[in-house]
Amino acid sequence: MHPAPSVIIFTALSGLGFGLMAWLGFGLPAVSGWSAFTFFFVAYALAVGGLVASTFHLGNPKRAIKAFSQWRSSWLSREGVLAIVSLLVIAVYAIGVIFLNQRWQIAGWAGALLSLGTVFTTSMIYAQMKTVPRWNTPLTPVLFFLYALAGGALLAGQTGAAIMLLIVLCSVQVLAWVLGENSFARAGHTIETATGLGNLGRVRLLESPHSGPNYLLKEMVYIVGRKHAHKLRVIAIFLMGLVPVAILTLLPTNHYMAAIAVLSHMAGLFVSRWLFFAQAEHVVGLYYDKR
Amino acid sequence: MRGKISMTAKGQPNLDVSPAVSDEIRKTTCYMCACRCGINVHMQDGRVKYIEGNKDHPVNRGVLCAKGSAGIMQHYSPARLRAPMKRVGERGSGEFEEISWEEAFDIATGWLGPLREKSPEKMAFFTGRDQSQSMTGWWAQAYGTPNYAAHGGFCSVNMATAGIYTMGGAFWEFGSPDWERTKLFMIFGVAEDHDSNPIKMGLGRLKERGAKIIGVNPVRSGYNALADEWVGITPGTDGLFILALIHELLKAGKVDLNYLMRYTNAPFLVNGDKSSPEHGLFLRDKNDKPLVLDRKTGKPVAFDKPGIKADMAGTHKVKGITHRPVFQLLAEKYLTDEHTPEAVAARCGIEAKTIKRIAAELAHVAFEEEIVIERPWTDWKGERHEKMVGRPVSFHAMRGISAHSNGFQTCRALHVLQILLGSVEVPGGFRFKPTYPKPVEAHPRPHCKVTPGAPLDGPHLGYVRGPEDLCLSDSGEAVRIDKAFTWENPMSAHGLMHMVISNAHAGDPYKIDTLFMYMANMSWNSSMNSSKVMEMLTDKDESGEYLIPRIIYSDAYSSEMVAFADLILPDTTYLERHDCISLLDRPICEADALADAIRWPVVEPDRDVRCFQSVLIELGARLGLPGMVNEDGSAKYKDYADYIQNHERRPGVGPLAGFRGKDGKGKGRGEPNPKQIEAYIKNGGFWIEHIPEEAAFFKPWNKAYQDWAVERGLYDSPQPYVFQLYLEPLRKFQLAAEGHGKIRPPEHLRQQIKDSMDPLPVWWAPFEENAIDTEEYPLHALTQRPAAMYHSWGSQNAWLRQIHGTNPLYVSGEIFAEHGFKEGDWAWLTSRHGKIKVPVAKMDALNAKTVWTWNAIGKRSGAWALDEKAPEATKGFLLNHLISELLPPRENGMRWSNSDPVTGQAAWFDLRVKIEKAGAGDGVSQPHMEPQKSPVPPAPQNLTYGEEFKK
Amino acid sequence: MTSLPQSTQKKLGLAIDLDTCVGCHACVISCKEWNTSNYGSPLSDMDAYGAEPSGTFLNRIHTYEAKTLERAAQVVHFPKSCLHCEDAPCVTVCPTGASYKRSEDGIVLVNEDDCMGCGLCAWACPYGAREMDVAEGVMKKCTLCVDRIYNENIPEEDRVPSCVRTCPAGARHFGDFADPDSNVSILSAERGGFALMAEQGTNPVNRYLPPRPKADISGSGQIGVPATALGEETGGAKGFLSWLDKALEKI
Ligand SMILES: Nc1nc2c(c(=O)[nH]1)N[C@H]1C(S)=C(S)[C@@H](COP(=O)(O)OP(=O)(O)OC[C@H]3O[C@@H](n4cnc5c(=O)[nH]c(N)nc54)[C@H](O)[C@@H]3O)O[C@H]1N2
Ligand SMILES: Nc1nc2c(c(=O)[nH]1)N[C@H]1C(S)=C(S)[C@@H](COP(=O)(O)OP(=O)(O)OC[C@H]3O[C@@H](n4cnc5c(=O)[nH]c(N)nc54)[C@H](O)[C@@H]3O)O[C@H]1N2
Ligand code: SF4
Ligand code: SF4
Ligand code: SF4
Ligand code: SF4
Ligand code: SF4
Ligand SMILES: [Mo]
Repeated sequence: MHPAPSVIIFTALSGLGFGLMAWLGFGLPAVSGWSAFTFFFVAYALAVGGLVASTFHLGNPKRAIKAFSQWRSSWLSREGVLAIVSLLVIAVYAIGVIFLNQRWQIAGWAGALLSLGTVFTTSMIYAQMKTVPRWNTPLTPVLFFLYALAGGALLAGQTGAAIMLLIVLCSVQVLAWVLGENSFARAGHTIETATGLGNLGRVRLLESPHSGPNYLLKEMVYIVGRKHAHKLRVIAIFLMGLVPVAILTLLPTNHYMAAIAVLSHMAGLFVSRWLFFAQAEHVVGLYYDKR
Repeated sequence: MRGKISMTAKGQPNLDVSPAVSDEIRKTTCYMCACRCGINVHMQDGRVKYIEGNKDHPVNRGVLCAKGSAGIMQHYSPARLRAPMKRVGERGSGEFEEISWEEAFDIATGWLGPLREKSPEKMAFFTGRDQSQSMTGWWAQAYGTPNYAAHGGFCSVNMATAGIYTMGGAFWEFGSPDWERTKLFMIFGVAEDHDSNPIKMGLGRLKERGAKIIGVNPVRSGYNALADEWVGITPGTDGLFILALIHELLKAGKVDLNYLMRYTNAPFLVNGDKSSPEHGLFLRDKNDKPLVLDRKTGKPVAFDKPGIKADMAGTHKVKGITHRPVFQLLAEKYLTDEHTPEAVAARCGIEAKTIKRIAAELAHVAFEEEIVIERPWTDWKGERHEKMVGRPVSFHAMRGISAHSNGFQTCRALHVLQILLGSVEVPGGFRFKPTYPKPVEAHPRPHCKVTPGAPLDGPHLGYVRGPEDLCLSDSGEAVRIDKAFTWENPMSAHGLMHMVISNAHAGDPYKIDTLFMYMANMSWNSSMNSSKVMEMLTDKDESGEYLIPRIIYSDAYSSEMVAFADLILPDTTYLERHDCISLLDRPICEADALADAIRWPVVEPDRDVRCFQSVLIELGARLGLPGMVNEDGSAKYKDYADYIQNHERRPGVGPLAGFRGKDGKGKGRGEPNPKQIEAYIKNGGFWIEHIPEEAAFFKPWNKAYQDWAVERGLYDSPQPYVFQLYLEPLRKFQLAAEGHGKIRPPEHLRQQIKDSMDPLPVWWAPFEENAIDTEEYPLHALTQRPAAMYHSWGSQNAWLRQIHGTNPLYVSGEIFAEHGFKEGDWAWLTSRHGKIKVPVAKMDALNAKTVWTWNAIGKRSGAWALDEKAPEATKGFLLNHLISELLPPRENGMRWSNSDPVTGQAAWFDLRVKIEKAGAGDGVSQPHMEPQKSPVPPAPQNLTYGEEFKK
Repeated sequence: MTSLPQSTQKKLGLAIDLDTCVGCHACVISCKEWNTSNYGSPLSDMDAYGAEPSGTFLNRIHTYEAKTLERAAQVVHFPKSCLHCEDAPCVTVCPTGASYKRSEDGIVLVNEDDCMGCGLCAWACPYGAREMDVAEGVMKKCTLCVDRIYNENIPEEDRVPSCVRTCPAGARHFGDFADPDSNVSILSAERGGFALMAEQGTNPVNRYLPPRPKADISGSGQIGVPATALGEETGGAKGFLSWLDKALEKI
């Protein structure tokens, strides 16, 4: 799939934002006043920023409002609805802790669960795609949760949890990559099933329907070199997991160090999210004999 | 359909599923290619909204190909020329100034007028992909130059000529298989053909009926992909293959003797005396009628004597000379061992057992699955037949067998095969479309006698009957600039347009002054050796004058050729002009019907362009050409439409056959009708007249057909004839080469004439192959037409160019592996003549020794209003750079044209090459020409066609 | 409404004959020209005359080559447009309700007024049947020519999709797969019509009719007549005349 910046930014930032919100909603840390403001500000900036970024992917952003209508059937619609509800519910909680010195824990818990729900719906946009076997696995929501929770923990200053979660995240991510390698083959899609011509022999594309590019090729047929991908995976794990964990465990805790850990994690997150898209192979590539 | 949409009860949009389609439908004829389908042009607000096929039209019955549907994009192409232009920069640069029509006419008459008075032959008029040859030829004849032809010489004259000489009509679009009845169909060397839609419709019918299709082609794409059996023959060897099939059939006695005896010259008696000046000619009676032996009496009688049964087994001796029937000579020739399947298998790349099996299948279907229509008919000798017996095998072939230097005889061989099976003009076989069949005798001979200031002595192009018809001067020099109808290529019935520029450049046989061309992209895809041709067009003599001093050219678009002309006459598009698809030209009839059609301006031009034929008529009038001016010197025809309605070729016979006479009821014959075009428009743009049922088959010998054809003005008297298995005119040329007669070939051409002009089909290796080291150039290189592109025109079409914007060189799996190619690689492709760099792609369904590419996709940068970096110009390429118009020099230093020695057909497909891996480098194909300046404004960036129709 | 209808009254769709398609692209262009000036916004062409032209098309022709070790390679032309799936994932993923499957005839459409151009439906479609129009920013797909097949301004016999009407080889058939007696149902049953990538569970309505088995010249596949069927011998060059004499006697 085309690793569009808008979608990478959307999933990465909103995941972090909602992850942080979840921690905050659970009262970890139990901040208030200005410090609460800062935390919530960061959470909102990330979540809303991510959502706004997602509209850059739209051909017709002015109609984005309609996206809330199909929550009965569409994960993207559900994501939109949940995101808004989460933001509102958390807002109630945030107003309480920032301005009224009240901790309406019910709202906090609800907001936290809703935030995680939002992350889940986001993940389901991808996980539901049978057309992209690498995504079409329960590991996708698990990963999205872990990214959100680990990143959120890091942002929320939950050092212990963050270290644990980052380690789990990295392991699961590696597992997902490994399992992802054969997901296409396991799903059983081949150029022969795509064309139904398998009984004639090995099928290959002789002539493309068009000599130039088109939407399908640009959007769905993106090919990353193996070596290239391998290198990027190492970089991703290093940046999003090893560096922050090292900082958190080996170095003295201070704001600078925390910031470096967060930035490193985010850089790694972007690399891995880029790979999430770039390495995802859509079955339509079979028709073009390209994967 | 825009605006607020209401919802149904189910919550789904309430669509308007019945929107108005258009304001009006105008029915005319497509010209996105030469197939000439009927189209319904849907108009809205004066613009073309949608083009669909005309269901009533005989050619396409409502279907339309990709090009036809893309007509909209051609009509609104940014490459369209806008006004007449004169060259202001150097030739080839593309720098022009737009001028008025008045100035254009002044320039043209200033060049052509004085020339006509002095030496009209110095004006050469060649008209390319012309659909109005009866009119342009008439114009050239009136002007008085011998130098006129259209594109047939580089196209498929082998096919046309072999067909007409052998059976009075060719495949091409002059006939078609009996799609409704045939059970076994063999198609040789066809990618698209002129009969584009009808062939596809026909194949569809065969598939529906479960008939078997055998494709003979080195490449298994297009029609060959759906064939039930693919014969991946080695290029240039079809003649061998066909003669081996004939061998097998003769050996097994599976030929239609009754048919041969009645309808062919199989029983004609041939002089067998080697020393006689008549050796190999037919024995004739006092009335010059060929004689056959009457089996009952054993006496020779005229072949067309009613009631006789011609003997093919006997011989006849007169004055000590033995005369043997053609059929014996034929059987003897093809029953020899050199024609066995085993003898040819390796060379053809087809296993012997396959050849045998195909022969068996042909025989089986022809003779065991015979079909009978209970429909009585009477033959030309008056004999009544109770039924029509058919042999349901049929054939079609085109440039794959024709565009080789052995193409004429190969096409002949295929016709002989068809005739031996008795499957021409019978139910289930091959059927002619009127105005064909038409024997050679019904065609003119070539004419070339020049009188300054006066018309030529007759039509330029025709069919020679013997050496006396050649276009030679008293000293034996070629009279025509293209050297058509000379000993080098005696039967060049369509001229040799591909030789015009190089001959004119060389001043051989003489220099010319003005080259006038229409609708041929001669500096590019229609020439062999394109890079050199561009030089020839720009070469100057010592005085600084161009070697070809003046070039007038009519095009509708900014093609490569435009850049090389001095004066441009911009044409309209096919939707803006009158035209006639005339029975006098290449007709659009069906096997069961006579039909012709028109084009008419369904939209008015929005710029200063004019229909070329109207321009020609006005030019003729300004030059005072006979037939184009009244006695008072005023113009006889206002424009082409006026000519179409009022011109008469013979009394009562004009360009259009329908709605003739004052009452509009005349069919084929009748006075001009001032409302004729109107009548055509009312009738959907065409006219059709069905052949009576009893006249529908056996046309050359069917009395009812012959009488009907005379009534309709196809000819003035019945023209029955028999098929020519043995071609006597060829033998006459051989006799001349053997030293008989007054007109004889020059010494250096004697052997070639003896070898090539065999009256019975023969095969020889393609010339190029014989002249080079085939170990060095082991591969055959071919082109194919893509269905969705017409030569060079398609690339300016925003829709079509997205399908074919580049053309890889397809390389057989074997060669691909051998050279270690990967998809996306580049290769050097080298011929004896040149070297080009091309992108490669793999194809397994390809003859192992063959590479091929799509024809005419490569473009010169700057042409066709495309971006200079357009893929057509950067990755696209032409194979033409590798093909020379001349063969390598022989020992004596002489060079022959790279053509068939009988007809002069350009031997495009003889090309041999070698391939080597190349680095991608800059990713640009080579050669890459200097860009030409575009004479039209830059094209728009993006298109949203259809926006304007949404209210 | 992006929930799929429980069932549809009709199942309109195409039966595409891979045995007959010559790969001419006629249906591609006819589709483009009909649809660019009818349903919805135009089908735009970006960089139309430039270095990287790329436009919106609703129907495309791929060409495949298939090869086994034993047999000569075979070429198949392969038209592809929307298959109007019964379990269309493109519909259920759509967040705006723009994509829907018509309950009356099963045609899958995009209501462009509602489409925000998120591209999700194109991701969900296994077949590449949806293309985003760059100029308009809305999703485009085969409409099954919904504005032709019921159009009373069009003669009845022509109320078929533009691609079907134009196909020179007659390789495209339009009809109602819900009706077992329809032309397409019968064709599909007779010829073993199959669904593309059935494992995706989309349940396409369109059916592909497979290429008929080819006579095989290199292997031992089924072929017409054995070579021995040529029958009687004329006796070659020597015996030919006497054979001829006898044969003529029979006429
Ligand atoms: N390598 C290779 N070369 C080949 C062939 C091959 O098979 N292989 N085939 C050969 C054959 S058979 C042929 S026929 C030739 C064809 O080659 P060309 O005769 O050059 O054919 P086109 O490219 O169609 O070019 C015709 C010109 O007509 C112009 N034109 C189009 N419409 C109109 C109009 O309405 N009015 C006017 N006045 N002009 C118009 C076009 O812009 C173009 O410049 O190519 C030959 N060249
Ligand atoms: N769409 C479209 N239609 C066209 C045209 C076009 O440009 N586009 N051009 C028109 C013109 S001018 C012409 S002349 C006709 C030509 O129509 P075709 O005769 O179909 O011409 P080509 O495309 O040159 O195809 C030649 C075929 O012969 C095969 N071939 C080559 N050498 C051999 C051989 O030695 N033996 C055999 N058996 N096969 C061989 C090639 O593989 C190819 O398939 O098409 C006309 N129709
Ligand atoms: S075959 Fe196509 S381009 Fe040629 S005349 Fe017919 S519709 Fe037009
Ligand atoms: S083919 Fe694709 S676009 Fe069409 S209904 Fe099926 S999933 Fe949707
Ligand atoms: S692109 Fe349009 S139709 Fe497709 S899912 Fe998005 S909103 Fe729905
Ligand atoms: S049915 Fe209509 S929209 Fe669909 S492919 Fe055919 S022409 Fe195009
Ligand atoms: S129009 Fe018919 S034959 Fe041509 S590509 Fe389309 S389906 Fe195939
Ligand atoms: Mo041609």
